[in-house]
Amino acid sequence: MNLTHEDVQEILRLLDSSSYDALHIETANFTLSLHRAAGGWTQETQTAARRAQPAAQPQIKTAVAPKAEAEPLEAGVVALHPPLPGTFYRAPKPGAAPFVEVGSKVEPDTVVCIIETMKLMNSVPAGLRGTVVEVCAENAEFVDQDRMIMKLRVEGA
Amino acid sequence: MNIRRILIANRGEIAARIIRTCRALGIETVLAASEADVDSVPARLADSVSVIGPPPSALSYLDPAAVVAAAVAAKVDAIHPGYGFLSENAALARACREAGIIFIGPTEEQLGNIGDKLRARALAISAGLPVVPGGAIDTLEDAHRLVEEIGCPILVKAVGGGGGRGMKLIEDPAQTKHTVELAMAEADAAFKDPRVYIERYVARGRHVEVQLLGDGTQVIHLGDRDCSIQRRYQKMVEEAPAPLLAENLRTKMHDAAVAFGAAMGYRGLGTVEFLVDVERGEFYFLEMNARIQVEHPVTEAITGLDLVAEQISVAEGRPLRMTQDDVRFSGHAVEYRINAEDCRADFRPSPGTVAVAVFPAGTGIRVDSHIEAGSAVPPYYDSLLAKIIVHGDDRAEALARARVALANCRLEGVQTNLAMHRALLDDAEFQTGGVDTAYFKRFWARGEV
Repeated sequence: MNLTHEDVQEILRLLDSSSYDALHIETANFTLSLHRAAGGWTQETQTAARRAQPAAQPQIKTAVAPKAEAEPLEAGVVALHPPLPGTFYRAPKPGAAPFVEVGSKVEPDTVVCIIETMKLMNSVPAGLRGTVVEVCAENAEFVDQDRMIMKLRVEGA
Repeated sequence: MNIRRILIANRGEIAARIIRTCRALGIETVLAASEADVDSVPARLADSVSVIGPPPSALSYLDPAAVVAAAVAAKVDAIHPGYGFLSENAALARACREAGIIFIGPTEEQLGNIGDKLRARALAISAGLPVVPGGAIDTLEDAHRLVEEIGCPILVKAVGGGGGRGMKLIEDPAQTKHTVELAMAEADAAFKDPRVYIERYVARGRHVEVQLLGDGTQVIHLGDRDCSIQRRYQKMVEEAPAPLLAENLRTKMHDAAVAFGAAMGYRGLGTVEFLVDVERGEFYFLEMNARIQVEHPVTEAITGLDLVAEQISVAEGRPLRMTQDDVRFSGHAVEYRINAEDCRADFRPSPGTVAVAVFPAGTGIRVDSHIEAGSAVPPYYDSLLAKIIVHGDDRAEALARARVALANCRLEGVQTNLAMHRALLDDAEFQTGGVDTAYFKRFWARGEV
């Protein structure tokens, strides 16, 4: 049984009038630490993990594509990585034309894809002047920051 | 009937919040969780957990079939949808009915009417609520007539636009022809739909909403909330009651919200959102939210009610447990949304693992959160980490408590917007209260963080 907000308020009322500066409560499935702080109190809780995990075991990532880092990039080609982990989208909305295709010329501020992280759509610019050589991630795939999402050839390289 | 077991079809702080009330009521909880959330704090708190799909919301929290299948398998009496996700989804409500499970929310018909903005606006008009003056324009003659009727400044909006896109301002009636033609041409180019409509431009608007509770017959209000402090349409700070609002205007808004709910025999918890035109001293119906709101704790703070408990009671088929006269308001409450977004880097989202989670505690301070040291903040969902709610006898006392509470909050491992909230507290305009929806942009441009 965890303590409710009301229980904690009650404990704090008692502590307020005491000379104690901290209280640590530990049960089989819950810990609560209260500390006197400037002008008030702080609380930290820790809830124990479930003893029995739910039936369907989690696979942490759904579609983890094999990493293409093994092959070295040829000279003048650079890898584009997402600025944040998130879902990779090639087009501004479903059904729309992709931002870029293989062979597209890009400028540093050309948007090449969208990464959706925490419900926010983040436009990803090419960051350089050049050409799209390969699109490595699948549309709507979840990508980590170490995932190569595109290969770009630097102009003049 | 008595609800004995509830499936919570949500995650994050609201899942933990619902579990807390269920526990107090002796109701068993089953958490429907995605694979990313099986070891979350709500999953640890629930009596049992049912995995409903992979991490992306579309395959789990937004899948009515997966949610209902989990509810049937767990033999629950009811589903609590929380906010967001499927909370206003008529398909889930229908699937619940077909499976003989109570959907804790309004009727399917009400969800349908409220979810369609044009139908909701028509309902509001028929219930006698003021709406933003405006209308569709097919011809230039329509435009001239409406501009004449409503008065400048006026906004021309693209039917296919939204979120601030495809809008043009008419400041002088002489600009009407030029602006409307330009807006139609641009709307056609941008949205492949040349249709535009006209709306009064509210230069200084406040977002004030009224909390409703209905049992299908009786509808009462539980006061108002001010949610004007927003960044890109996302609420950051909410207060109850709305500060510095003329009392006659406040009363009219309460009455209008109740009239709207009563006209449809609203059942459950709902919120009627209004735009307050500060310069004209008027208000307009915007929309209704047919669910519990993120900011419901400020209403709980000033009324002493547990809104989740009231939702459950209504869902059990009981009449309201109070009359309008029984609802008493006490003091002032403010809620701060602590998000995993880096306010020093253009509010960039910051998923990761929380290393330290120290929250404030004490008189007049409540924290609703699903975060502890070691908690994962997955990149799949919204960035809300915690809500810090402060309550005092008046706004000054609430803000004094907020100062202590925000100072005593420490989150490490992910970046947050705590520094922004602390700076906001020091801002003179915020301290005065009653700011408009454009305030946050002004405040942020001052660069105090």
